[in-house]
Amino acid sequence: MSIAIADHIRNIPRSGIRDFFEIVQSMEDVISLGIGEPDFATPWHIREAAIYALERGRTGYTSNLGLPRLRRSISDYIQKHFAVRYEPHSEILVSVGVSEAIDLALRALLNAGDEVIYHEPCYVSYAPTITMAHGVPVPVSTRAEDGFSLRAADLEKAISPRSRALMLNFPTNPTGATMEPEELEKIASLCVRHNLVVLTDEIYSELTYEGGKHTSIAVFPGMKERTVFLHGLSKAFAMTGWRIGFACAPAPLIEAMMKIHQYSILCASIMGQDAAIEALDRGEHSVAQMRQEYEMRRNFIVSSLNEMGLECRSPRGSFYVFPKITSTGLSSRDFCMRLLHEKKVAVVPGPAFGAGGEGHVRCSFATGLPQIKIAMQRLAEFLAGSPFRSTEVL
Amino acid sequence: MDAIIDLLQKNALMPRDEMARLLNMTTAEVEAAIAKLEADGIILGYQPVLNRDKWDADKVTAVIEVKITPERDGGFDRIASRIARFPEVQSCYLVSGGYDLLILVEAPNLRTAAAFVAERLSTIEAVQSTATHFRLKTYKENGAFHSFEPTSERLSITP
Repeated sequence: MSIAIADHIRNIPRSGIRDFFEIVQSMEDVISLGIGEPDFATPWHIREAAIYALERGRTGYTSNLGLPRLRRSISDYIQKHFAVRYEPHSEILVSVGVSEAIDLALRALLNAGDEVIYHEPCYVSYAPTITMAHGVPVPVSTRAEDGFSLRAADLEKAISPRSRALMLNFPTNPTGATMEPEELEKIASLCVRHNLVVLTDEIYSELTYEGGKHTSIAVFPGMKERTVFLHGLSKAFAMTGWRIGFACAPAPLIEAMMKIHQYSILCASIMGQDAAIEALDRGEHSVAQMRQEYEMRRNFIVSSLNEMGLECRSPRGSFYVFPKITSTGLSSRDFCMRLLHEKKVAVVPGPAFGAGGEGHVRCSFATGLPQIKIAMQRLAEFLAGSPFRSTEVL
Repeated sequence: MDAIIDLLQKNALMPRDEMARLLNMTTAEVEAAIAKLEADGIILGYQPVLNRDKWDADKVTAVIEVKITPERDGGFDRIASRIARFPEVQSCYLVSGGYDLLILVEAPNLRTAAAFVAERLSTIEAVQSTATHFRLKTYKENGAFHSFEPTSERLSITP
């Protein structure tokens, strides 16, 4: 007997990253710039706090919304760093990473056929998560010449009577795009005018460089009541494996999200939640140190790529660069495959993050400088030694 | 300047052109900044961090607590500098608490170290008493771990 898979799941394509991952896994001595997580272990004071919590026997379930103490820490942290105030008792839900929180928000909001607009290239889960919630994903392309920021004018063209929500992710994985507050404000007023709910995934917000200040769309007039602010500990605090994220939103929506969360997940792990309290309350110095390290690597990788002839904008946030590889005459996928097989360097093809990623590859600088140096050297050799280079010169 | 010092503290041998690339500066700017730090006496020197289990394992390191009688003119400074001048003394600090000077002594073997304490240090008139602690094992030195390496087992590609 063959088991029939639900239509809306069967039709979701396999992740492009997953295919590529399996090829890389089968090879040895590969230097990977394809990793979307910090190379740092979680700062010791956070790990130590978690060990202490385990020693005290804190191993049970927590409130469905998350530990009240953690929700207070989240509230204080968001107020301090994002200038928005959320009520710990009713407007905050602790989730298993931001990914779960996105899923909860979409399932709580969407009726079948509702449209959700998002900007592309983007994180791989957005479109499938919308589809799994019976929504219709509506991508808006962003452009390299805009630094992959979203233009309000482009967004406006995508809005239809079925539009229910807009998903934002700035700084963006994979492009490192950030938003100017002026343009973000225009987007905010469009959302108010068209009554859109905004899901804003601000997971990379602490990793904003050159002393730049990150602005959340939630701060603009009329926005807090229509915004689902999504954040987590994974990137800035190097806590990917702890799986702690959170959603901040108006109480009725948090209540609806909590229904789904309590029946499907129950609660995020208490070990992760205890660690998150320490991170949010006392982790600022650790974050600053890691940010400084990322910024130096960014400078290194951007100047190296540009010198070898791959046009690469210096991203103002995240830990990714998204250089253009069209000068090689290769498609993104061919470029990545040849680089992997000829020089054993793994970078991710841009189209894995949406059609607009063609002509680009994503390189992560959440990898130690020694590896980045070797990768850049091999990449330079690849570009200098490959026949596509000489034919182009001719 | 802070960023350059941070990089030098992690690896003083980092090529200056690499440092320039990390800091968005030119190599000449980095070299000039380091030369100035040296000229201003902010950077006093560069040393390797050795793993004593692998090199010169017989060498003895001792931490010695020293109580001294301060002098009416100059307090602890003259005695401290007198002690610090011995080549066996690697570091010498004035500290608060139950004793006055904390000194780190290196000697080729236990006998020489004991002789330094008994014949040199304790015989100085201002020295009231000493307490010597010999190093048994090093776990961390100047920020570098000796006995355990942090390992990373990340997946090779993640979204």
